[in-house]
Amino acid sequence: MSNWIGAHLWLILAVPLAGSLVILSLTNSRRTAAAALAIVGQVLAFVLSLGAFLPTLQAPGYRVFTNFTWFTFGEQTLRLGFLLDPLTAVMLVMITLVSLCIFVFSVGYMASDKNFTRFFAYLSFFSAAMLGVVLANSLLLLFVCWELVGLASYLLIGFWIKRPSAAAAAKKAFIITRIGDLGFFLGMLWLYGQSGTLLFYDGGNGALESHGLLSLGASATFIALLLFCGAVGKSGQFPLHVWLPDAMEGPTPVSALIHAATMVAAGIFLVARVYPLFSLGAIAGVTPSLTVVVWIGVVTALISALIALAQWDIKRILAYSTVSQLGLMMVSLGVGGVVAGIMHLLAHGFFKALLFLGSGSVIHGCHEEQDIRKMGGLRGRMPVTFLTYAIGMMALSGVPLFFSGAWTKEEILHATLQWPVSRAPHFLMLAGVVLTALYMTRQMIYVFFGHPRGSAEHAHESPPVMTAPLIVLAVCVIAFSVMLTPAWPWLFRYLAGATASFAFSQLIQPGLFIALALVVLGIALGVLIYRRPGELDPMEQSLPALFRFLQHGMWLDELYDRTVLAFARGAARTSDWLDRYFWDGLVRGFGALGSSLGSFTKGFDERAINAGANDAAAAARDLGGLISRRHSGQIQTYLGVVAVGMLALLLLYAWLT
Amino acid sequence: MAHLITGLIFIPILGALFVSVAPRDYGRAVALGSNLMTVLVALALWRYFDPATAGLQMITRQPWIPNIGAEYFLGIDGLSLLLVLLTSVVFPFALLAQRAGRGFCALMLVMQAALYGTFTAQNFILWFLFYEMSLIPAFLLIKVWGGENRDRAATKFFLYTFLGSVAMLLSFLAIYLVRGTFDFAALAAFGKSGLLPGKLGWLAFAGIFLGLAVKVPLFPFHTWLPDAYEAAPTGAAMVLTGVLSKMGVYGFMRLLLPLFPNEIKIMGPALLALAVCSIVFASLAAWGQSDLKRMVAYLSINHLGYCMLGLFAVTATTAVPPREAQAALSGVFLQIFNHGITAAALFYFVGLLEQRRGLRGLNDFGGLMQRTPLLCGWMSVAMFSSLGLPGLNGFVGEFLIFKGSFALAAGYTAVAVLGLLITAIVFLRAMQALFSGPLDESCRELPDLRLGEKWIVLPVTLLMFGVGISPQFILTIFNSTVTQMVRLLG
Repeated sequence: MSNWIGAHLWLILAVPLAGSLVILSLTNSRRTAAAALAIVGQVLAFVLSLGAFLPTLQAPGYRVFTNFTWFTFGEQTLRLGFLLDPLTAVMLVMITLVSLCIFVFSVGYMASDKNFTRFFAYLSFFSAAMLGVVLANSLLLLFVCWELVGLASYLLIGFWIKRPSAAAAAKKAFIITRIGDLGFFLGMLWLYGQSGTLLFYDGGNGALESHGLLSLGASATFIALLLFCGAVGKSGQFPLHVWLPDAMEGPTPVSALIHAATMVAAGIFLVARVYPLFSLGAIAGVTPSLTVVVWIGVVTALISALIALAQWDIKRILAYSTVSQLGLMMVSLGVGGVVAGIMHLLAHGFFKALLFLGSGSVIHGCHEEQDIRKMGGLRGRMPVTFLTYAIGMMALSGVPLFFSGAWTKEEILHATLQWPVSRAPHFLMLAGVVLTALYMTRQMIYVFFGHPRGSAEHAHESPPVMTAPLIVLAVCVIAFSVMLTPAWPWLFRYLAGATASFAFSQLIQPGLFIALALVVLGIALGVLIYRRPGELDPMEQSLPALFRFLQHGMWLDELYDRTVLAFARGAARTSDWLDRYFWDGLVRGFGALGSSLGSFTKGFDERAINAGANDAAAAARDLGGLISRRHSGQIQTYLGVVAVGMLALLLLYAWLT
Repeated sequence: MAHLITGLIFIPILGALFVSVAPRDYGRAVALGSNLMTVLVALALWRYFDPATAGLQMITRQPWIPNIGAEYFLGIDGLSLLLVLLTSVVFPFALLAQRAGRGFCALMLVMQAALYGTFTAQNFILWFLFYEMSLIPAFLLIKVWGGENRDRAATKFFLYTFLGSVAMLLSFLAIYLVRGTFDFAALAAFGKSGLLPGKLGWLAFAGIFLGLAVKVPLFPFHTWLPDAYEAAPTGAAMVLTGVLSKMGVYGFMRLLLPLFPNEIKIMGPALLALAVCSIVFASLAAWGQSDLKRMVAYLSINHLGYCMLGLFAVTATTAVPPREAQAALSGVFLQIFNHGITAAALFYFVGLLEQRRGLRGLNDFGGLMQRTPLLCGWMSVAMFSSLGLPGLNGFVGEFLIFKGSFALAAGYTAVAVLGLLITAIVFLRAMQALFSGPLDESCRELPDLRLGEKWIVLPVTLLMFGVGISPQFILTIFNSTVTQMVRLLG
């Protein structure tokens, strides 16, 4: 089994991809077939992923790969490959399981959509592309799948094509991530030029193995930073995070997919995958590139947590929370806690999918209402949604013991504490924990507690096809927390390539109490501040300017629009203008020169060579006439030029012989 | 086998004669029949072509006008075959795309013959004859069948390219006076040690460069192109961008590079700067357009800029590492093919939209996805191919070009990648304006892609996916040629 799956890793992504292509060829009316194909494809991918996961448990540091030639150019071959190691294996299981829940949920959520079949085709394609990212054993293959993930997100964010805002958001997501991808692209070219290969592992000759790393030298820092640009774009890091909140324009299952299992996870994964490039030449675990990663992560985590405090849209709160959590993961990777960062990515995948689907259930129940001011009191009307949402909220806030987020956050905080460069990230991330608990408490109170406001009065629980995935994900969140306890840290050790044993005494760590205290502080503060939810936010009342500043995402969109975009649009207009008037004018100036030459030839013609051939002379004059536009039949111009040319040729020939 | 090339050149000429005497309603059918034959001959050429051999193959050589060194000298290598195949794909596509009478078809066939000749001739006089022979049909196609401003556009097109040609002709006369031959291979042998002495060499270089730079076109000699493509009827625009623009790139590879390796090396940085300007300014100018046809025309300049970037990166560098040069040149060759089919497809789709709506402004449409989903879907494939999405053809060529040129000229390449971003912006902006949002009142009755139209784009769309997923079948054609070119440069 282990060898078979190792040699057929491509199947894991081929199954959903094939499903997507088949669904795309179905007509709009074949709804059941489309959903069934997508879900069966995802189940198969999940089973295959489990099949791939199990053998990686056998020994620490398990790694198999299959490389193949894509094409030969000149005398060289370009090879791609698939890779299975613990990092890939856990990502595979998370992606397929979370996607499966989202697919099932979508059957209910999208039930009344006219383009139901197309939706499932895109979903399957999204999942396949993301599986390709984690399976790739070549930076080029990773990049290819990475771009296809971008395409899928473009198609899905803009799925409700009639809405101009959806089309704008889709365009924005594609273009902003492509800005980061330019860096990724250049970094990839640089790596290829330096090490001569883009394969990660190739029996000692891969780019991430000793041979490849040795050839890099000082350029490793620049390559790593360029690749990081790609991660900044895809994983919504400051300053390119602005596309992520707008991506809420897509249907809610798409938001769940983008924020949990696919897309944003890709950037974190990329950094973890090429970590040897980042840590090359590290002194005490610190390199310039990793330091950049840390600070970008810190800024992202904090500002987006603050912005989340001032949002009214249930999904935008979650979106900014995703940005903030991704920043936390980047911090973790940067300070050397790679395993902690990936564990948080996995945990986040489950609880964020749960929260987004829960918000989808709320929106569905409230008749497409997304404003939390118009909700409230849903606790009784939507009990399943409420309970599962609460589990997700506690996991995200980091309530200890039974909720996965707590353990991984604790690990990350522990890692930041040991960073030799500065303590600031540690304390700032502690502040982030409080803020997270705060904005999630605010959201919970506004949505589920108090009295129903607006459309919440007629709210109803969602059908089982939507609540079942919520329950499954909630169970996953809790079950996952068991796997993460420090008492039995096998998953951490497994990812780090070591074995683990069970020790109950490890369960209680000093850091846990600090985390607990901060979470309690955050929730208590939240309850205190938001105890009477209404039309006006308490912060809006006391600090209106700050609230507006945060509500508009610190005016970053407007800032970009007036600076970078305005410059680019101006450049486009200027280029067009230069083309029409300047360059063309320049060439016309040369034309005028030619025209005077033409009249000179004409005179020469008339007086010296062929005084009678008035026609030819007229034609020559017409060559000049093109510029002054006195002529009507330009075909004569052509004849004129021919005449001049022939004359020149004849003269040359005469001179030759 | 040697006469296959001759057949390739004369079938369209005979076809043009038959078209002009055929009954009025059968002209296009005869032209398509002639194209079917040329496709078969081109396939036979591909079949009997030996990809392991680097030099010329299937040579036909007959004396023609001995006292001026003119020979009927035809042959193909990987580059020639690639362009012959491209011509054989784009011409039927263009003829199917355009409902046209006998005159149009006959001129298209004459142009096709001229292009086959240009890509296979190995003697300057013969090459120049074909090179110029393509110009007259192109001029007439724009002038007679063109849209608004066709007179001005046709004349501008003609004068630009013709003046470039005159400069090139004079340069070759100078070369002939000194070296006494018009044979490409013989002249290339002199290239290394300097084809012409001193200033004369630079003058000759400048003349040929000018002719080719106008043809490609390279910034700032490009201003004829948007006008010409805008005015040209769909079928002619497809051929102009798909094949005619490649004559310039081909000329750079076949003439300038072997004959003036020293001059081109000295001018390297300046040429690279022009290529980067082509890429960046043309894509920015495309962003500034509101007419779809002009937009696609500017993107055509941008894409040929990538070809020029790869080529000049190789020629500008002393002691080129073969790995990088092979990557860049392979990329340029691939890009020639990819751009040919993708840009032709884009013009086809713009033509379909114009035919349905009567207008082709970016703001004349809206919400088409609701009315014509198939048209939008297929057109999106061509657009994504053009913006270099992996999985489609454009990416592979651009990746190889950038791989090579980044290693050889990192600074220029780092600026040039901006073109990739701006191209994406241009296309996504177009897709947003055309496909999404509420359905525009004026588009309420537009018909979706018809069955026949689907069949017309199916082959090129399959090629886009085929080259994007498994490009080996194209690369095999020219791998030996690339390797040999790199060896000669080294």
